[in-house]
Amino acid sequence: MPHGRLLELTGVETQLRVKDGTVRAVDGVSFSVDAGETLGIVGESGSGKSMTALSIMRLLPRSGAIAAGSIKFKGRELTELSEDEMEAIRGTEIAMIFQDPMTSLNPVFRTGWQVAEPLRIHRHEDRRRAEQSVVSLFTQVGIPDAARRAAQFPHMFSGGMRQRAMIAMGLSTGPSLLIADEPTTALDVTIQAQILELLRGLNRDHGTATILITHNLGVVAGMCDRVIVMYAGRIVEEGRTEDVFAHPEHPYTWSLLRSIPRLDVEEHEELRAIEGSPPNMTKLPAGCKFHPRCPFVIPRCAQEEPELRPVREQLARCWVTQQGTSLDSAAAHG
Amino acid sequence: MAEVAASRPAAAQWTPAQPLVEVRGLRTWFPVRSGVVSRVVGHVHAVDGVDLTIHQGETLGLVGESGCGKSTLGRSILRLVEPMSGEVYFKGQELLRMKPGQMRRMRREMAIIFQDPFASLDPRQSVGAILAEALEIHHLAATAKAKKERVAELLNLVGLSPNFTARYPHEFSGGQRQRIGIARALAVNPSFIVCDEPISALDVSIQAQIINLLERLQEQFHLTYLFIAHDLSVVKHISDRIAVMYVGKVVEMSPARDLYKSPKHPYTGSLLSAIPIPDPVLEKKRERIIMTGDVASPVDPPSGCRFRTRCFKARPRCAESEPPLETVNLGAHQAACYFPLD
Repeated sequence: MPHGRLLELTGVETQLRVKDGTVRAVDGVSFSVDAGETLGIVGESGSGKSMTALSIMRLLPRSGAIAAGSIKFKGRELTELSEDEMEAIRGTEIAMIFQDPMTSLNPVFRTGWQVAEPLRIHRHEDRRRAEQSVVSLFTQVGIPDAARRAAQFPHMFSGGMRQRAMIAMGLSTGPSLLIADEPTTALDVTIQAQILELLRGLNRDHGTATILITHNLGVVAGMCDRVIVMYAGRIVEEGRTEDVFAHPEHPYTWSLLRSIPRLDVEEHEELRAIEGSPPNMTKLPAGCKFHPRCPFVIPRCAQEEPELRPVREQLARCWVTQQGTSLDSAAAHG
Repeated sequence: MAEVAASRPAAAQWTPAQPLVEVRGLRTWFPVRSGVVSRVVGHVHAVDGVDLTIHQGETLGLVGESGCGKSTLGRSILRLVEPMSGEVYFKGQELLRMKPGQMRRMRREMAIIFQDPFASLDPRQSVGAILAEALEIHHLAATAKAKKERVAELLNLVGLSPNFTARYPHEFSGGQRQRIGIARALAVNPSFIVCDEPISALDVSIQAQIINLLERLQEQFHLTYLFIAHDLSVVKHISDRIAVMYVGKVVEMSPARDLYKSPKHPYTGSLLSAIPIPDPVLEKKRERIIMTGDVASPVDPPSGCRFRTRCFKARPRCAESEPPLETVNLGAHQAACYFPLD
C-alpha cells in the first residue's frame, strides 16, 4: 500500500448564496487524507459534509464558491487549477460516487457506454477496447453477466447494480482517491452490505484511499480508520474511529451515539434524544454552534466559539472537554 | 366522548382479550399493463397471502426491504388500497366487506402516519386547518370553540406550541412536521395507528425525539401500533413483536427479543447480519452473511420459497413447495422455512 499525504485541506471556507443572503456552508475546515486510508465524514443534512466533498472536486453548485483556504492533492493546489486541469484530475485521479444511483446515470445511453466514458476521454481507448475494459470492470465490481449488462440501459439495473456501475466508472482510471457521498443511503440494508463489502475490497486490494460521507454511525464504525464529525459547517471532532466511538469528546458526537437504538443492546430504555433541531445556517447562534442543544453547556459556550484542539487521543471543539471534564462522568453527576 | 362511542358500530362479541386487528389470507395485487390497449400482462404480488394478529396496546413491527409489500399491507388493513381477497377484522368486525358509511365510522378508530412529512401535509392549509379538518369530517367538535381547544390540545400533546395554529407547513422543520402528522393522526382519537416509516426521512438527531414521542403517546392513550420500517434497530427498540416480510409474504414472526437473539429464517439472519452496529470494535470483527443477488421480482415470484434464489441454505425441496409459516421453537416464534437456522 502506498504511503504519504494524498490530500490536505487547510482553512477551507465555502460560501453558498441562499435566499436570505450568504451562508458559510463549510467554515474553516482543515484535514488530511493519507494514501490508502479510509476517512469517514459524519454529519446531518446541512452540516457541510457534502459541500466539503464538492469543494474538493470543484463541483459546487453555481451559487457556491470556495472563498478561502487551500486544497492540496498530491502537492498540487486544486483551487488554482484551470477547469481543464481540474477535469483531468476528476477523470483520472479522484473519483466521486453519489447517493442516488437512480439519477446519476443518463437513461438514454447504454450503461456500458457511459461507464466507458472516462476511458475514452482520458485514456483515449477506442470503442472496442473500452467495451472490453467495461466488461472486466463490471466483473470486478460484482455485476454478473457483465457483457450482456453493459449493453443494457440504466432502467434495467436495480439500485444496487447501478451503484456498482457508478463505482465501476469511478474506478475505471485507477484513481488514488475515491469520494463516496452517502453511497448506500438510497439502498436496502442487504444491498448496502454488498456495496460496503465491495468498497472495503477495493481499499484492501488496490489501496484506493476513500472519503466516506455518511450520516450512519454504524457504517463509519465498520469502514473507517479515522472519522470527522461535522456540525454547522465546522469540524467539531476528529480522531481514530475507535477513540471517537469509545469516548467521544464533543457533546454532539456523545449525544448522537446515545440517541440511536442499537441492535446489540438487549434492554429497552428510553432513547436519549437530542433536543431542538439542526441549526439554521442563516441564523447561527453566537459561541459554540451546538450550545443551544447541548446537555453540558456552560456560560462560556454562548459567548466564545471554541477552537478544534487536542482532547485525549482526538481533536474536539468544546470548552467543556478542553478543560479536562469527562462527558460520561458529567452526565452521571448532572 | 360518550356520544361518539354510541354512534360506533356495535362490536358486540369483541373483548380486549381477542386480537384488535386480525388479518387472514390477505392479498393485494396491482395490475401490470402494457401495449397500446393497456392490456394487463401480469400482477405485482405486493401482498400475497398474509395472516397476522395485533393485540390491543402492543406494537407489531413490520420489516422488510423496499418493495416487499410492507407499506401496501399497512394500507390494505386500513383499506386505503383495496385488497383483492382475504379478511381484515378490527375489533371483531370484518372491514373489507363493510359498506362505505359504516367504514367511515370505523375509520375514527384508525389512523396512519406517513414517512414524508414534507409531502403528507397540504402546503396551502394552516396547521390549525389541517388538524381541524379531521375533526370536521368525523363531527368530533360541536362548536368552533371546542374545535379550537381540541387543536390546541393536539399540538400540546405532540410537543408543539398552540401558538403555531396559524402557521403553514413550510415554516416548520422536518421533525416538527412529523409532529404535526402525528397530531393529525391523534385527532380522531384512534385506538390503532399504522406508522409507515415515520422516522426514515428525519435527521438522525431528530429520530429519537419522534420515537420517544410515539412511545409516550402509546402509553398515555393505550394505542396499538403497526410500526413499518426498514431500519431493524429502530423496529427492535419500539416493537413487542416483529413480522419480517419478503416479496409479499410474512416469513418470520416472533417476540422482538427472540427474533434478534435467534432468528430462524435465513432471510432474517442475513438481514440482521447486514445491519451495521455503531461500535468499531464489534463491527470490524463481525461475521457477515452477505446475501447475493437482488430481491426477487414480485411480478413473477420464484416457485416454492421466494427467498430460495438468494438463500445459502436452499435445497431442491425449497423450489417444490412453499413452506408454511409454522411455530418453530417456543409457541410465539413462527417461521416459514424447511431448513430453519439453529
